Amino acid sequence: MINYYFALALRSLRRNLVLTILMIAAIGVGIGASMTTLTVFRAMSADPIPDNSSRLFAPQIDSWGPGEHPTSSADKLEDQLNYADAMALMDAHAAPRQSAQYAVRFALTPANAQLMPFKVEGRANYADFFSMFEVPFQFGGPWGASEDRSRAPVVVISHELNDKLFAGANSVGRTINLDNQDYRVIGVLKHWAPMPRFYDVTNAAFAKTEQAFIPFTRAIDQRMSSWGNTNCKDAAAQGWEGLLVSNCVWIQVWVELPTPAAAKDYRQWLDNYAAEQQRSGRFQWPAHTQLRDVRAWLEYEHVVSDEARIMVLVSFSFLFVCVLNAMGLMLAKFMGRAADIGVRRALGANRRAILTQCLIEAGVLGLAGGLLGLALTGLGLLGLRSLLSEEILELTHLDLPDVGIALVLAIAATVLAGLYPTWRAAQVQPAWQLKAQ
Amino acid sequence: MLKMTHLSKVYRTEVVETYALRDFSIHVREAEFVAVTGPSGSGKTTFLTIAGLLEEFTGGAYQLDGVDVQGLSDNARSRLRNEKIGFIFQAFNLIPDLDVADNVEVPLRYRGFGAAERRRRIQQSLERVGLAARARHYPAELSGGQQQRVAIARALAGTPRLLLADEPTGNLDTQMARGVMELLEELHRDGATIVMVTHDPELAVRAQREVHIVDGQVVDLAAQPRLMAGARAQL
Repeated sequence: MINYYFALALRSLRRNLVLTILMIAAIGVGIGASMTTLTVFRAMSADPIPDNSSRLFAPQIDSWGPGEHPTSSADKLEDQLNYADAMALMDAHAAPRQSAQYAVRFALTPANAQLMPFKVEGRANYADFFSMFEVPFQFGGPWGASEDRSRAPVVVISHELNDKLFAGANSVGRTINLDNQDYRVIGVLKHWAPMPRFYDVTNAAFAKTEQAFIPFTRAIDQRMSSWGNTNCKDAAAQGWEGLLVSNCVWIQVWVELPTPAAAKDYRQWLDNYAAEQQRSGRFQWPAHTQLRDVRAWLEYEHVVSDEARIMVLVSFSFLFVCVLNAMGLMLAKFMGRAADIGVRRALGANRRAILTQCLIEAGVLGLAGGLLGLALTGLGLLGLRSLLSEEILELTHLDLPDVGIALVLAIAATVLAGLYPTWRAAQVQPAWQLKAQ
Repeated sequence: MLKMTHLSKVYRTEVVETYALRDFSIHVREAEFVAVTGPSGSGKTTFLTIAGLLEEFTGGAYQLDGVDVQGLSDNARSRLRNEKIGFIFQAFNLIPDLDVADNVEVPLRYRGFGAAERRRRIQQSLERVGLAARARHYPAELSGGQQQRVAIARALAGTPRLLLADEPTGNLDTQMARGVMELLEELHRDGATIVMVTHDPELAVRAQREVHIVDGQVVDLAAQPRLMAGARAQL
């Protein structure tokens, strides 16, 4: 019987093409608008490391105390740490895996004299960075704890930089010159671009992954300034040594805590550390710490802007208006077929049969609207190319789940919109057909 | 086959109650051909819609083929209508975007017959009305008389126990009307039970029996049986 209803639906849609096109267009435009914004929103709010996001945590310590500070968030906690606190966390080894890190920038002088020196975005981090964040390697691997301790001049480079400098060959063991220092290539990454770039959203959540990674200890040893944000409570620190002892925050620390119990223990440790700082007189305020996993961290940092959320809301409101229009058109269509419905009722169709027939027709309309909506979403995403950054655009493509969402959304919305017209159609009294003659 | 006893149908508004049928009793036996006549507004069509389970009644009792229909659910009424009743409407009421065969198929679909059985019945009923060759034509491509024959084929396809015809020749010219009436008479000779509402006395006399309704009540004329042969002679 379902096949019969589908055949009737197609026949009915062909019967009044103009009305059918209007309904499909109303649904398609609504789906196109909502799916375009939803695709962008999903890309921006996606879990960048889904297998491990609940085990990775960013600790925060209130090292500035009460008072208004221009960079303070609502909970009066800075989103980076100063050097003293970062090193205290690292030295305590309270987490099985941990990494302090900050953004750096190098001047790279290629061995090939024909190439001009160029700037390279980099990161100074600990060895655990690679295993914690599931960084994939094409050649070689990460450095180890011994290189961290010895402040070794080793570097992990991105595959793009490897392509540029070594034409994609295995460059492990080769040397590159960064800021006039030779660094031995110890590993080459595969393509790795977590979006949002959760491990350093303070600088840019949607930025390209760095091209070179060196040990944090090496960068400190070489007095490499942060290329990211450095925020100070009062005046800026004077000189390198001044920065290291200042309350300026410029280091991100991430820890991996494999179980909720481990996270609870670490939070306790963090509180104890802050309380100890208070007792020692360094903090003149009550201990205040926080520990957020990746998703909570992205939420806290407002990685997805309020504007993006509002855009989704507006576009779904638009979809609602489109669906209301489709509902009106469907009502007109179904009631225009009251005579046929009455005849079917007289010939033995019960109300459920009429309901099923009309809902399947609504579903077919929704499917057609969904397909049109998908095409419009593709056009919409093309149109957004001039508005969005290259990194976000890389993520904003229609994949199979998006196609599924669009079609399910279109069918569900249309069937929902069809409920009232369908109910009205099922109320058609067959007796009217005889009496109307 | 069809037995209504002291049946009433009242249409109520906030200010007025209108009796469409009042103390209405009728008994149509199996294989009878009954004509229901009466002036406009007398309640003929209301009787037919109640008889066809298309409308509920207010009081009294109604038994269709031994089944008391009062209080039946929508599902049960629909099933009973589908299995036991064939409708022939004045305006044919064919579905315009279905071809002849698909129109005839409609009640068979709701009956739940398989494809082979549906095909067999469609073929059989279209042959019966002489339109087997027009199976793939659309209603708009047929004359009024042919459309009414399709409607009769549709009514016959489910082999109902009772045929209800509402002014079956009302929209046809004389020649076509004669053809349709001859078909109904043929069906009756073959054993069909037919109740035909008509305001045309010339058609009414061709039925076995005439039931006359005035102001929602059966009047004496209804009790007068008539022989088909005698009726034909009068024409």
